[in-house]
Amino acid sequence: MESGRTAGRRSALERTQEALFPTVGQSVASVAALALIGFVAYAFIDWAILRAVFTGSDGSACRVPNAGACWPFVTHKIDLFLYGRYPEAELWRVKLTYALALAGLVPLMMPRVPYKLPLALYLLAVFPVIAFFLLYGGAFGLPVVGTELWGGLLLTLVIASVGIAASFPLGILLALGRRSEMPFVRWASIAYIELVRGVPLVTVLFMSSVMLPLFLPPEVTIDKLVRALVGVALFSAAYLAEVVRGGLQAIPRGQYEAADALGLGYWRKMGLVVLPQAIRLVIPGLVNSAIALFKDTSLVLIIGLFDLVGIVQQSAQADAQWFSPQTAATGYFFAGAVFWIFCFGMSRYSAAVEDRLDARARG
Amino acid sequence: MRSPDLKRWREPATWKEAAYDPGVRAAVFQVLLALAIAFLAYEIVSNTIENLRKQNIASGFGFLSETAGFDISQTPIPYSSKSTYGAAFLVGLANTLIVAFIGIAIATVLGFTIGIARLSPNWLVAKLALSYVELIRNMPLLLQLLVWYVAVLRTLPFPQDALALPGGGFLDVRGLHLPRFSLDSGGGILLAVLALALAGAWWLKRQAGIDREAGQTVPTRAQRVGWGLVIAVPTIAVAIAFAASSVSYPVLGRFNHEGGLSIEPEFLALVIGLSTYTAAFIAEIVRAGLQGVPRGQREAAAALGLSRRQALRLVILPQSLRIIIPPLTNQYLNLTKNSSLAVAIGYPDLVSVFSGTVLNQTGQAVEVILITMAVYLAISLATAAFMNWFNKRTSWAER
Amino acid sequence: MWILLLALVGSEAALAQASSQTLDTVRKRGILNCGVNTGLAGFAAPDARGRWTGIDADFCRAVAAAVFGDGDKVRFVPLNAKERFTALQSGEVDLLSRNTTWTMSRDTSLGLNFAGVLFYDGQAFMVRKSQGLKSVDELAGASICVQTGTTNELNLADYFDTRGLRYKPVVFERLIEVLAAYQSNRCDAFTTDSSQLVAERTRLADPENHEILPDLISKEPLGPLVRQGDAVWSNIARWTLFLLINAEELGITQENAGEMRTSPNPGIRRIFGEGSTFGRALGLRDDWAVSVIKTVGNYGEAFERNLGQGSPLKIERGRNALWTKGGLMYAPPIR
Repeated sequence: MESGRTAGRRSALERTQEALFPTVGQSVASVAALALIGFVAYAFIDWAILRAVFTGSDGSACRVPNAGACWPFVTHKIDLFLYGRYPEAELWRVKLTYALALAGLVPLMMPRVPYKLPLALYLLAVFPVIAFFLLYGGAFGLPVVGTELWGGLLLTLVIASVGIAASFPLGILLALGRRSEMPFVRWASIAYIELVRGVPLVTVLFMSSVMLPLFLPPEVTIDKLVRALVGVALFSAAYLAEVVRGGLQAIPRGQYEAADALGLGYWRKMGLVVLPQAIRLVIPGLVNSAIALFKDTSLVLIIGLFDLVGIVQQSAQADAQWFSPQTAATGYFFAGAVFWIFCFGMSRYSAAVEDRLDARARG
Repeated sequence: MRSPDLKRWREPATWKEAAYDPGVRAAVFQVLLALAIAFLAYEIVSNTIENLRKQNIASGFGFLSETAGFDISQTPIPYSSKSTYGAAFLVGLANTLIVAFIGIAIATVLGFTIGIARLSPNWLVAKLALSYVELIRNMPLLLQLLVWYVAVLRTLPFPQDALALPGGGFLDVRGLHLPRFSLDSGGGILLAVLALALAGAWWLKRQAGIDREAGQTVPTRAQRVGWGLVIAVPTIAVAIAFAASSVSYPVLGRFNHEGGLSIEPEFLALVIGLSTYTAAFIAEIVRAGLQGVPRGQREAAAALGLSRRQALRLVILPQSLRIIIPPLTNQYLNLTKNSSLAVAIGYPDLVSVFSGTVLNQTGQAVEVILITMAVYLAISLATAAFMNWFNKRTSWAER
Repeated sequence: MWILLLALVGSEAALAQASSQTLDTVRKRGILNCGVNTGLAGFAAPDARGRWTGIDADFCRAVAAAVFGDGDKVRFVPLNAKERFTALQSGEVDLLSRNTTWTMSRDTSLGLNFAGVLFYDGQAFMVRKSQGLKSVDELAGASICVQTGTTNELNLADYFDTRGLRYKPVVFERLIEVLAAYQSNRCDAFTTDSSQLVAERTRLADPENHEILPDLISKEPLGPLVRQGDAVWSNIARWTLFLLINAEELGITQENAGEMRTSPNPGIRRIFGEGSTFGRALGLRDDWAVSVIKTVGNYGEAFERNLGQGSPLKIERGRNALWTKGGLMYAPPIR
């Protein structure tokens, strides 16, 4: 909020006074806010540094009275938090997968780097196949690492990225279906979207983990992780469909008509003319959905898979030697910080993209 | 350049032409899709029936009238281990609704406060509100629930060393223990007086509108009287009820505080977690809504000599509600659906009692999960129907 | 998604619909899928190197040895209380060996069959020594932690209800959550099967401050389960268990199992396939018994190694001693 005055050169002190203490009421608010900031900052520093325990090989160091954060718990368990029980000898495979993902993502996210299309194709078509064989193994002489050993941040990233990649095309199809002129297609899409959006993810996960095996013929069994992925993707597709639909509604009729006039068929009209514009419009919504999905991966704890939150919870509870009043809190702090960095990063990036597109639109 | 419309008015002469006719294509595609869905549904249903039959699992809804045999830690409706699975279901549903209701109330107040603070002219206050939103929004709700439950409420002292609260309450690792007022005869009076006060307030609100038309300043006389009614009458009623009620204070027994009103830590954690989380989203909705009101309105309010607060209350907020209400309802639904995370911290909501305990004890996964989903779906659809009616009635179209 | 589903439905045809016999499926797969606890010391828990140990896990190995002659052909599937029956019903696991109490309703209405009793247990209570409690009845008014979806939850309600005592239930889905709640004083007592209490007590930060009350409030016969309606597979599970008990009675050990084919005792020779077709009657090879005992030893050896003096739990044989030593372990003879 700008204050109306436009004085020439004012001292910093005056500017501060202007901003924080213009009136009595405002001054009270400022003092209260400052007090709150000071209190929170002090409490946090006190817990995380002043009273914290930094060394120790088990929880006994943290069981001293009035101890703050128990950092050894995080440093000793860091591999477990990041990779679950993935065998140590095979960890290079996970790290290589991360590196390959970054190799595709980083240039794709930088505005001025060319070759966007091949990069996107690599990420969507080539990389998942490589990642599957790297992480799971069973080919090219790599021993199989069963998904029951996957956990921690690795599992969070796998579920989130597979969920996003799988639900995106499905969401677009559902959005097109909901705006289709064919009554049955429209009806089926609406039914699916509203049905899924009306229930909690927990029940969808229960359904995919408990009921999916019953839906399939007795000869077919699917991996627990795959079941969770199916649940997450089906759930998230309905939400993405609504976001994409918002974009489709915002495209002026003229665009559709122009594509018709060019004699384009339905799929080309949508794929080449309408969808690219619609998706550009709803990038913030898509990123919000991605963030929501990323956060929701922690719910797989309820069906017995341990992502980052789950594994922190598991080790804080199951490991008696680490038991101390602050063990769990320290683990949660670590997990929270990791999630926060990822989610906040995504939202900042999407804001930057939006600004750039706006600037381009303004020409 | 072929225009498909030219073909519309003559019969397709050949199969080939028919194959390119959009109408025919649409029909064929829909039939195929319908067949695919029907086939999928048939496969699922037949496989399920086959699997259930082969595994000799009991099916049907008969289990709902069987005896449950387990206890539940929070029973807002009468329930004991001798009750039926159906009663356990109702207990779970009631617990879900209680959490949702209280959570929504707190989240709304908190969310509006923070949303308005986001636009505060005071730089510090605005940044504080922004930090809250960014901090809370970017962490999983499950993690926040665990923080509240394990890292905060679990570290409270033993019942023997409970923190004494003013007014005879206690806070310990077993929860919050408050004095309980039982309205022996005062309950009826209290409710009747409240209803009267609300009716009076509503009438006065209408009157206030008429007064305002007549050119009285804001707040009008009728409004003042109305506020007086809403505050004073219930106070008197509460006083009467107090006189007619008995108070039971929590007293430390051998293990726990006995008597009074005990609120379980699981419930506290869930309500605090859900409401603080949802408040961050509501704050953003409120901010967007307030910013969505044209600037001219603000300027006009200032020109009329209204203070910033008056302008907010009388001009900006009422107009921003049309933008705020649809996404706000969505957040209310989200909170209700998110209450299902109770299963992770042991609060006996619908999911943990029914999809948890009952499912485990009966083994009838299909029926139990379908019922659970149907309940949430019914809540969602009912809310959506209400919103549609509300939008129509107030002719506030969604933007 | 539909495509995936359709692909899966299609794969049904590819699997060429073998007979519904679990044995054929297991043989074709070349590995036994065995459902175990997610981590309960003495019964089934992964050690530091990820190898599953415990008497339940050993029973999985025994069945794998009976089928394949190799006790390592097991894929252990950790299951929580909620998933366990569904996993067996849906065929995700072929055998459920997860300290599960044999009750009538589980045996009759879930489409499952119990193969026998691997461990006779009873429900007990753990409390803090500082409470100075002598019996369960003194817990009136206490907060009691219990795992949901178990028989323990029902027994607890029954016990207090029949005596007209009040208590505050605190329930969680997973055992570690229950233990953590008890550890952090959310409840005054923690109830589950007594063997589990012994195991869980070792996981507390201060085991010396906790005691297990002597009263048992229920019968908890724990045993392995298979799907109903597959008599052959059911026989394999049941007689593998009986073999372990008979072996202890006859003095057959992991060490001497190899030379028992030439034992002077004709009964023992018959068990090991000399002049008998017991194995074939089960649908197995005639030397199935040798592999089983060589893999896990006899019942007593498996008990001592996992639960008894050879383990941190130090549980007494008690009711689980052989019938000849005053216990309840009595298996029908193999002849």
